[in-house]
Amino acid sequence: MINFGYTRVSTHKAAIDAVRKDSAAQWIAGGTNLVDLMKKGVTTPEKLIDINNLPLKDIRKEGNKLYIGALALNSEVAENELVRTQQPLLSQALQAGASQQIRNMATVGGNMMQRTRCPYFYNTDMPCNKREPGTGCGALKGFNRMHAIFGTSENCIAVHPSDMCIALIALDATVLVTGPKGDCRIPFQNFHRLPGDAPHKDNTLERGELITAIEIPDNPYQKHVHYLKVRDRSSYAFALVSVAAAVDLQGDKINDVRLGMGGVAHKPWRLTEAENFLKGKTATEATFRQAAELVMKNAKGYGHNNFKLKLAPNTLVEALKTATVKA
Amino acid sequence: MDKDFFFDKKKNDPISRVDGRAKVTGKATYAAEHKVPNLAYGFLVGSTIAKGRIKSLDTKSAERAPGVLGVITHVNAPKIPGYQTGKDPAKPPTAGQPLRIFYDNQIFYYDQPIALVIADTYDRALFAAKLVKAQYEKEVHQTELETNLSKARIPTGPRKEDYKRGDADGYKNAAVKIEQEYYHPVEVHNPMELGSIIARWDGPDKLTVYTKTQGVESTRNSIKDAFKLSPENITVNAEHIGGAFGMGLRTWPYEIAAIMGAQKIGKPLKLALHREQMFTNVGYRPETIQKIGMGATADGKLVGIFHEATANTSAYEEFTEATVNITQFMYACPNVATRYRLVPLNFVTPIWMRGPGEATGAFALESAMDELAYALKLDPIEFRLRNHADIDPEHNRPWSSKHLKECYEMGAEKIGWKDRQLEPRSLKDGDWLVGYGMGTGSFGAMRWVATVKAKLQPDGKLLLQCSVNDMGPGTATMMTAVASEAMGLAPDKITIQMGSTKLPPGPMQGGSNVTSTVGSAVHDVCAELKMQIAALASKEGSPFRTRKVKEVKAEDLVFSDGSVALKKNESTKISFQDLFRRNNLQGLEITKESKGQEQPYSMYSFSMHFVKLRVHPATGRVKIDHVVSCADAGTIISPKTAASQMIGGAVGVIGMALMEDLVVDHRFGRPINNNLADYHVPVNADIPNIDVLFVNKKDPFTNPMGSKGLGEIALVGVAPAVANAVFNATGKRIRTLPITPDKLMET
Ligand SMILES: Cc1cc2nc3c(=O)[nH]c(=O)nc-3n(C[C@H](O)[C@H](O)[C@H](O)COP(=O)(O)OP(=O)(O)OC[C@H]3O[C@@H](n4cnc5c(N)ncnc54)[C@H](O)[C@@H]3O)c2cc1C
Repeated sequence: MINFGYTRVSTHKAAIDAVRKDSAAQWIAGGTNLVDLMKKGVTTPEKLIDINNLPLKDIRKEGNKLYIGALALNSEVAENELVRTQQPLLSQALQAGASQQIRNMATVGGNMMQRTRCPYFYNTDMPCNKREPGTGCGALKGFNRMHAIFGTSENCIAVHPSDMCIALIALDATVLVTGPKGDCRIPFQNFHRLPGDAPHKDNTLERGELITAIEIPDNPYQKHVHYLKVRDRSSYAFALVSVAAAVDLQGDKINDVRLGMGGVAHKPWRLTEAENFLKGKTATEATFRQAAELVMKNAKGYGHNNFKLKLAPNTLVEALKTATVKA
Repeated sequence: MDKDFFFDKKKNDPISRVDGRAKVTGKATYAAEHKVPNLAYGFLVGSTIAKGRIKSLDTKSAERAPGVLGVITHVNAPKIPGYQTGKDPAKPPTAGQPLRIFYDNQIFYYDQPIALVIADTYDRALFAAKLVKAQYEKEVHQTELETNLSKARIPTGPRKEDYKRGDADGYKNAAVKIEQEYYHPVEVHNPMELGSIIARWDGPDKLTVYTKTQGVESTRNSIKDAFKLSPENITVNAEHIGGAFGMGLRTWPYEIAAIMGAQKIGKPLKLALHREQMFTNVGYRPETIQKIGMGATADGKLVGIFHEATANTSAYEEFTEATVNITQFMYACPNVATRYRLVPLNFVTPIWMRGPGEATGAFALESAMDELAYALKLDPIEFRLRNHADIDPEHNRPWSSKHLKECYEMGAEKIGWKDRQLEPRSLKDGDWLVGYGMGTGSFGAMRWVATVKAKLQPDGKLLLQCSVNDMGPGTATMMTAVASEAMGLAPDKITIQMGSTKLPPGPMQGGSNVTSTVGSAVHDVCAELKMQIAALASKEGSPFRTRKVKEVKAEDLVFSDGSVALKKNESTKISFQDLFRRNNLQGLEITKESKGQEQPYSMYSFSMHFVKLRVHPATGRVKIDHVVSCADAGTIISPKTAASQMIGGAVGVIGMALMEDLVVDHRFGRPINNNLADYHVPVNADIPNIDVLFVNKKDPFTNPMGSKGLGEIALVGVAPAVANAVFNATGKRIRTLPITPDKLMET
C-alpha cells in the first residue's frame, strides 16, 4: 500500500504551517478530485491535511457582497436561498456539474482547484507536460475532442473542467486567500492561468496559500441568466462547451451583460469583447451572432475539437437567447 | 399452456422477481463475495505496449513488498498441461489459438497480463503490482480498422462461406437504389459487477471456483481442458451475476491465472479485475464497417440487397458473429448476398455483446431500409409491409410463428406514428426539431438441452435444481412461474437452486435460449411429477378410484395448493401429504432431461422499436422523448421480468446509438477513455418513458410453453430507430455511431 499520513487541522494557521513546511503535504477537502488523482498515481502526497474542520462553510451577505466560504459544499451553495435569489447563474452552473452525490462532497475551494480531465494527464505512462514537465503534450496530436480552442500553447491544450468557475468569472467574483504572507484578494480572472510554458501551474496560488472564500458583488443579474452546458449525455459529463450568460435587460435593450465560456480554455474564459459589443444593443439573434463572431476571432482547432469552432458561437447565441426570453 | 394464466389478476398477480429481495438487501452473494477462509488476493499487471515481446521483467521489488506471497510471470508460471498441447480445436465463436496466459513473452495487445502479484490483502497486491517493471522489444502494432481494411480476410472457422440467393449484384439494376457505409466503434459490456473469481484447490487434483460466468458447465470444460482434471473434481459456482451482457460467455485468461496462482501459493485466491481492465481484457462488441447496397422497384418491392460486414478480431483468435445473417431472412427479396470479413488487430478477442451481431447488422440494414423508403417517398412501415417475408426466404420454409405486422400496428398506435411527416424537418417544438423513427429486430428462437431435478415434498413445497444461472433477466423467476402454473402451487412454495456444476446440467445464459430451454425442462419435469401423482392416485384405496375408474390420468386432475382433485368433481380431493403417506413416500424426486426436436419451421423472435426524439440544431443535442418497443416473443411467461428485459435492452442501445465509443490512441495502441467517467453510458436523464408491448401469442412449435427468446430482440433494431428518427427530425443521415452533438449541430 502507498502509505500516507493524515492530520485534521482546525485553524488556518495549522493548515498553512502543515503545508508550507512540508512539500509532500496536501490539503484535502471533499476529496472527490484528489483521491481519484492519488489512485491514478498522478498526485502522490505523503501527508493529507484535512481542512474540513476549518470554519469556512458560511454563506452570508456582507454589505453589498455575497460571501461564500471555501468549504461550503457545491450542493449547499446551489440550493442556498441567497444564492438562488441573488446569484441564480451560480446556482445553475453548480447544478450542471458532476452528480448530486459528488456535489454533496465537493467544496467551493476544491472545485476551483480541480485539475484537468485530459486523458493524457490522467494516464501516468503517457506524455503530459502538466503532470510531468518536459514529457510533451499527448493531446496535441492525439485524441483532443475535449480540448481547448483559446489561449493554448504548444505545451498544453487542456481545458479547465469546472462549471462553477464559469459562472464565477462572469459574475466578477473575488477569491479570498490567506497564506504565509498574510491575506490577499485575487480577482477571479487572475486566479487561473493559461498554460504558456508552465502548464503544470493551473493557477496563481503560491505554496501554502489557502482559499478561504469567494465574494460576489451585488449585480442586476437575477432574472435574465442562463447556464447552457452542451455535453455528450444529459448529466454527469463534462462540457464540450458551456456558456454562462447574465443579462441586464430593459425592454429589448441590453443595459449590461456578463459572459463566461467553459470547455474551451485552460482557464474559465471571460468574453469581455462580446460584452462590450452587446452593451446598449437590442437583444436579437442577429446581434448575438455578431457578438459570437467577435469571440471566435482567435480560436484555433486541433483536429478532433474543430467542431467547437462552430459549437462555441452557437452555444453562446443559444445561451443569450434563452437568458433574454421574457418571463 | 394457457396464456391467460400469467395475466389473470384473479388467479395470480404477475409474479415479482423471486430473488429481488435478496439482491436489493445484499443477501445475494456474487463471485467475489464468497467467504472463503485463508484467502490471498491477486492483482494483474498489464503490458504497456500493444505488440512485441517482453525483453526482461523485474519482479524483485514487488516480491519484497510487504505481504507479497508470490509473483507469477511467464518466466516462473507453473506448466499448464492444456497449454502444452498447442492449438486448441476451433470452438465457436472463435477459431485460432486462445491466449495462453503467462505462456511466453509475446504481447498481442495493450494491458495483456504479464504478471500476477499475490499478497495477503488486495491493497498490498495492488501496490506491489505497480513495482513490477518490464522492458519490451516493441513491434509495430495495428489497432485501427479503417487503415487495415486491405488485410480483411475470410474467416477460417465459422462464417467462412459467403451467402447468396439469386444474383449478388441484383440490386444494382433496380429502379431505385442506395449504396451506403455504416460504422460503429468498439463498445464494451462493462456490467456493474467486475470480472472476479475465487479459486480454491481442495486437493492436488480437486478444485472449487466461484466466478463470474454465464455458464458454469462451459467454464468447467475450459478449466478441465487447461488443467486436465476430471470434470467431477471441478466445481464451478456462479449463482448470482451482477450483469454480464455476454462478457461471461467464455473463460478469460484472468480466470485461468487465478487458478494457477492458487495452485502456486497453496492458498485460495481471489482475483477481481480493476474497472480499467474491464475495458481491455474481457471482450467487447467489435468495431465494424458495413456496406449495404439495396434496390427496389419504383413501387417499393425489394429487388436485391448486398450486405458486407468487416469487423475486427484479435491478433491471435478469430471471433465472428451473425452481423449479416439478419439480411438473409428479414425481407422477401429475390437477390441477396452477404459477406463477413475479419481484420486482426492488437486487442483482446471480442465476445458477443447483448443483441450480438444482429444488433450491429440491424443498424445497417434498418438504416438502409429507411434510406430507401425516403428515396421511394414511402412510409417506412408501408415499405416494410410491402416486403414482409411471409415465409423464411433464406431457408424457404414457414415460420413457426411471426406476428411482426401486429408489432407494427401496436407500436405505431402507441407512439403516435400518424403525426409523423415523411418530409424531414417538418415538425418543430420551439427551436427543437422533432422526428420519429423505427427499426425492426429479430433473433433466432433457440432451444438447447437442460436437465432439471424436481423434489416435491409432502407439504407441497417444490424444489427445482439446475446448473443454469441468472445474469439478471430473471431465470429463477421464469422457472418459478412455469412450475407454479404447472403444479398449481403458489410461487412462494417453490425454491430454485441454480448456478453450480453440482446441480443437473443446464445451458449457458446466452442467445436468449434459457426460457425456452430451461422453462421446457421445468415444464417436462412437472409433467412427469403429475403423471406419477396420477399413478399414485390410481392405486387401490385412492378416493379417485371407483368401480368404474381404474386409472386416472394427469389430464383428469386439477393441481392446486399442494393437493390434487378430479377435474370432473373437484370436491374429490386429496393432499400430496395424504397421498404420499398412503404410499409410504417421503416425497417425489424426478430428474429429467429435456430438449427440442428438429422441426420443419424457421424459429425466430421479432421486435419492432419506435423512437420519438428532439434535436436542437444549433447545439446538436438529442433528447429522446419516447420509446415504444413491441415484441413477438411467443407466450410471455413472466410479464414483469420480461418488460424489464425490454426496457434494459432499449436503455443499452440508447447508449450504443448516442454515446458509447471506446476511443483508442493509435499511436500507443491503447484506449484512453477506459473508465466510466469518460466512456459514457446513459444516465437516468437520458432515458425517456419506455413503453413495452407484447403480442403474447403462443408459438405452436418452439417448446411446450410456446415462448420465444426476448433478451436480444430487446436491443436489435433500436439503434437504427434512433438514427432514423434523427434523420426524420433533421434531414441528416448519421451512419457513424455514436450520434454525438458534434455530428448534428448546424450553423
Ligand atoms: C466523475 C466526476 C465527474 C465530475 N463532473 C464535473 C462536472 O461536470 N463539472 C464540474 O465542474 N466538476 C465536475 N467534477 C469535479 C468536481 O466538481 C470536483 O472534484 C470537486 O469540485 C472538487 O472538490 P473537493 O472539495 O472534493 O476537492 P478535493 O478533491 O478535496 O481537492 C482538490 C484540490 O483542491 C485543493 N484544495 C481544496 N480546498 C482548498 C482550499 N480551500 N484552498 C486551497 N486548495 C484547496 C486540494 O489540496 C486538492 O489539490 C466531477 C468529478 C468527478 C469525480
